[in-house]
Parts: sequence; C-alpha cells; structure tokens
Amino acid sequence: MTKYLFSSRALAYLITLVVLLLLPQVLDPYHLNMVETGLSLAILGLGLNLLLRYAGVLSFGHGAYFAAGAYAVGLLYMYFPEHFSFELAILASLAVSALVSAIFGFVCVRHTRIFFSILTLALAMLMFAILEKAYHFTGGSDGIRIPLPTFFGMEITGMRRFQFMVGPYYYIVVGIFSAATLVMLAIVNSPFGKALQATRDNEVRAEMVGIRVKRFRWYAFVISGTFSGLAGGVWSFVSGHITPEISNWVFSGEIVYMVLLGGFMIFEGPIVGAVLFTYLRLYAVAWTEYWMLIVGGTLVVLVLLLPGGVTGGVADLVGKLRPRRAEGRG
Amino acid sequence: MGLIYALNGLYFAAFLFLTSLGLSIILGVMGILNLAHGSLYAIGGFIAAYFIGMMTGSSTILMLVTAAASAMVLSGLVGLVIETTLIKPLYKRPLEYQLLITFGILMLIEDLIKLVFGGESRYASAPFDAMGSVQIMGHTYPAYFLFVMLITAVAGMIIWWVMAKTKLGIMLRAIEMDRDMAQAMGIPMRRLTVTAFVLGAALAGLAGALVVPTTPAVMGMGMDVLIMAFIVVVIGGLGSLKGALVGSLLVGLTRSFTVAYFAELEMPLLFLIAVVILVIKPEGLFGQK
Repeated sequence: MTKYLFSSRALAYLITLVVLLLLPQVLDPYHLNMVETGLSLAILGLGLNLLLRYAGVLSFGHGAYFAAGAYAVGLLYMYFPEHFSFELAILASLAVSALVSAIFGFVCVRHTRIFFSILTLALAMLMFAILEKAYHFTGGSDGIRIPLPTFFGMEITGMRRFQFMVGPYYYIVVGIFSAATLVMLAIVNSPFGKALQATRDNEVRAEMVGIRVKRFRWYAFVISGTFSGLAGGVWSFVSGHITPEISNWVFSGEIVYMVLLGGFMIFEGPIVGAVLFTYLRLYAVAWTEYWMLIVGGTLVVLVLLLPGGVTGGVADLVGKLRPRRAEGRG
Repeated sequence: MGLIYALNGLYFAAFLFLTSLGLSIILGVMGILNLAHGSLYAIGGFIAAYFIGMMTGSSTILMLVTAAASAMVLSGLVGLVIETTLIKPLYKRPLEYQLLITFGILMLIEDLIKLVFGGESRYASAPFDAMGSVQIMGHTYPAYFLFVMLITAVAGMIIWWVMAKTKLGIMLRAIEMDRDMAQAMGIPMRRLTVTAFVLGAALAGLAGALVVPTTPAVMGMGMDVLIMAFIVVVIGGLGSLKGALVGSLLVGLTRSFTVAYFAELEMPLLFLIAVVILVIKPEGLFGQK
C-alpha cells in the first residue's frame, strides 16, 4: 500500500514539475512573477508546517526567519556589494536564518501551546522593532532594494532586471522549490520525523522511550527556520525590495492562514495554500480596496466550515466517494 | 522634565490598562488570545470621533459622555455579535483555529471600519482643547491627560470591586482558576463567557473613545494598540487584574522615558522585556499557570 501511495505521489510530483516547467510558455510575465512568489511562500509554508503538523506547536512569528533570510541578502548587498552573487546570497540566507532560529528556538521550545505561540510572536516583533529602528544599519522602514546579483561569476547583461526575473530566474525558483520539497519530504519520513510526531502525540511517553523532546523540537525549529530563511532569500530577488513588514506579526499570521488554507494535515497542503493565497490576495487587492474583507471573510469561513483546508476538503470528498484506502495520510 | 515624563508615562499606562484589561480577562476566563481586541478599541475610537465631530459647540462634558457611552455600547455590541456567532464554535477546537479566527475577525473589522467611516483620519480634539492646561510644579500640563487618568482610576476601581466582591466576579475568577471544577459546581459558563467578552470589548471601546481627543482615529490604530496591550498582558500575567495594572505602569513609564531619552529603543526595549519575562516566568509576573 505504501508502495502504491509512494509511486502515485511520485507521479503527481513529476506531473507538477512538468507543468511548472511549461508555465513560461503559456503565462505572461506578470503571472509568472506571481507563481515565483507563490513557490517561495510554499517553501516557507513547508517550513512552518514541520512545526505545526509534525511537532505540534504553532509559531505565530515565522515572519522573523523569513525576514532573517531576506535581510541576509539585503545586508550582503549593502555592505559587500562586490561579493553580491546569487550563490553567496542564498548561502547567507541559510546561515543567518539557521543562526537566528537556533537562538530564538532555543528559548521557544521550552514552552508549548499558547506560550509557544506568544513567545514566537514576541520574538518576531522584537526582530521587527530592531529592523525598523536600526535605520542606519538596515535602512529602517524604507527597507532595502535588491538588485540583480551575479550568478556563479557571470554578470547578467543584455536584459533588464524584470526580464531576467521572469525568464531564467523562474527556473532557479522551480529548482530550489523542488529540492526543498523533496528534502522536507525526506525529513518528515525519516526516523527523526517519526520521533518528532511521537513528541507531539505524547510528550511524556516520548521522553520515556528515550526521545529528548526539547532537543528534537529544537532541531525541528532550526530546520523550519532555515527553510523559512531560504524562502526569504529566494523571495527577496522576486520582490526586488524588502521591508521590516515581513517580520511583523501580521505577515506571520498570513503564513499560518496560508498553511491552513491549503490544509496542514497533508504534506503538500502548504504548497497548495501558498499558491492559492498569493492569487487570492492578488485578485482581492486588484478587485476592491476592501480586500481585507475578502481575505478575512474567507479565513473565518475556512476555520468554521473547512478546518482541513482545501486539500483536506478534497481528501474528505474523495474518501466519501469511494472506500478509504486505509492509512493513506502522508 | 522628569515629572512631565512620569505623568506622560502614567497617561500611557492609563489607557493601556483599559485596553489590556479586556484582553487579559478574555485570555484568563476563556483561554483565547483575542487578536481582534485592538479592533474593538479602534471601533470605540472611530465612533467617539464621529460623535465629537457631530457635536461641535455643545458642552465638553456632554460630548465626552456621549462619546464614551456610544463607544462602549457599540464595541460591546460588536463583541457580543462576534462572540456568539464566530468565537463560540471554537472553544473546543485547537489553539491554531482560535488564533486564526480572531485574526480573520481583525481583518474583517478593519475593513468594515473603512467601509463605514471612510478611510480618512478623524480628528476630535475639541474636548482636549476645551479642557486647557494646568500648572503642576511650574510645568504646564494638559488637563485632559489628568482627566483620562482619573477616569481610568475610577473604572479600575469599579472593575476591582466587581471582580473581588460581586458574585459575577467570584464566578469569573473560579472559571479562571479551574474551568472543569467551576462547571461541575454549576456555574453558568455560557452566560459568564459572553459577559466577560462583552465587558472586555466595552472597556477597549472606552479606551478608544478616551484616546481620540489626543490623537486622531486612523486606520490601523487597533493593531498598534493590540501589540502594546499584548506586551502588558505578557508582563503582568494572563487574566490578572493586578498584573494588568503593574504591566501597564511598567510599559507606560518605560515607554515615556525611552521616548524622551532614547527614542530608537522604545519598541525593541519593550519587546525585549516581554521576551525576558516570557522566558523566565511564562505565566507573567502575577499570572497563574
């Protein structure tokens, strides 16, 4: 059964990848840019969901690690413009977000439930306050402009920033997104992932069988934060401009919304959620100045009527239409 | 100047106390961190600014009473509606859904305010101007700030009396201490939960009404105050009246003095205090686990 599931999942991934690679043939640059945003946020959603779904704790401050990754890129450009290459920028994103989440996580994993959520929120706001107030180091609320980097020693010449961003860069985003998804899938199915779920289901029992609960939760926090940082790094080029707002708790709330929209009980849920959220927000903003009414309204309806998110709803529907295929919840 | 900063700090503390009290009660009694609490404050601010704007020329007292009453009634009503329709189904659900639904309500209210009152800032400084200023030890100080402190002191005492002496307060504290036991003792949970929520909402509305004569009602005012109230509750402790008072004083005074001496440090310092408290004593200075 697992073999069947695995192969059907592999097939679905393959089809998704082919579709993603073909999208530039059919989509205009504007929408391609949205897909890039959606895929960056998907990496962020996968990161958050490692904590929410597998470790059983809700971070309401994951914007902080996304910001850590994005600001690593921004500060690299500000202070070492001669070394501003894409590979170095992404490495900096990974390193800085891993460091920040290791420090913040060390503090947070001592608590669970509401205290965990409150602490993550407060730490993210601390980061927001620092990014915004340290004007001379971070550009304050004006943020930092992110120009085109060099790629493995190559200068990008002969095309404009936007052309590059919706051209070659799209394939880089797809590549990083695919790699991140596979790595996360491997993590949640590894012995570590199973142990993490054991700490979620019963902390005392997990401790009894020899799992060091806080240590494992901390590892999960760092992995989750590093994924978020990678997302921030990738996204900073897509957006071209970063501000402290991404560390504000409102953005962190939107990340949680995104993951729940897609459905956090299914591994791929956050990916679906991130892409849907990007488009929902885009169209709501374009359609009416009261876009928060739409986004907030869908959120309320979702929580009340469809707690499993879109993928959860589809899974339920499929389950109702035909007999359940046993333990098929990845 | 130290005296003026101290007074400013007390003024900050006063309106923070009114706002955070509701947040604290709702968190303590119902265990829900209401992210939409700041929006109830914003509703109070906008409706008060609307009435003060309408009543140009009438007496200051009448203006303030109308503003405060309308703000409390409207915020309380909105609180009643969202509690009974949207939050009620979620008490039994996991934390993430509770946080998310109040986050959704926050977005809804934010845009509803825009829809009803328009997106512009509303100025309502008439009562502030009318009250003029007083001399305190050689310094000129706006009388309105002192008035707000007085109102808060009275409101705080009433709340203290309700929580300490009346049957309602005793039952609320019982729920906070041990939910299951309180229920087993036959305390009408549903009615009390609604009461606590509406009470907290009305207090937030009052805070909003009191603040608009000094700073205009603007979009997003609820989110800023929510974060401040949130720090107060974290410092003071979840669901504690004493905690809300001490937390407000601490935040108010810290804020006033850092703004005066190192303005850049204001927000980072407040969050740092909150984080340190959370790490050392997650239930807050006066909270109970």
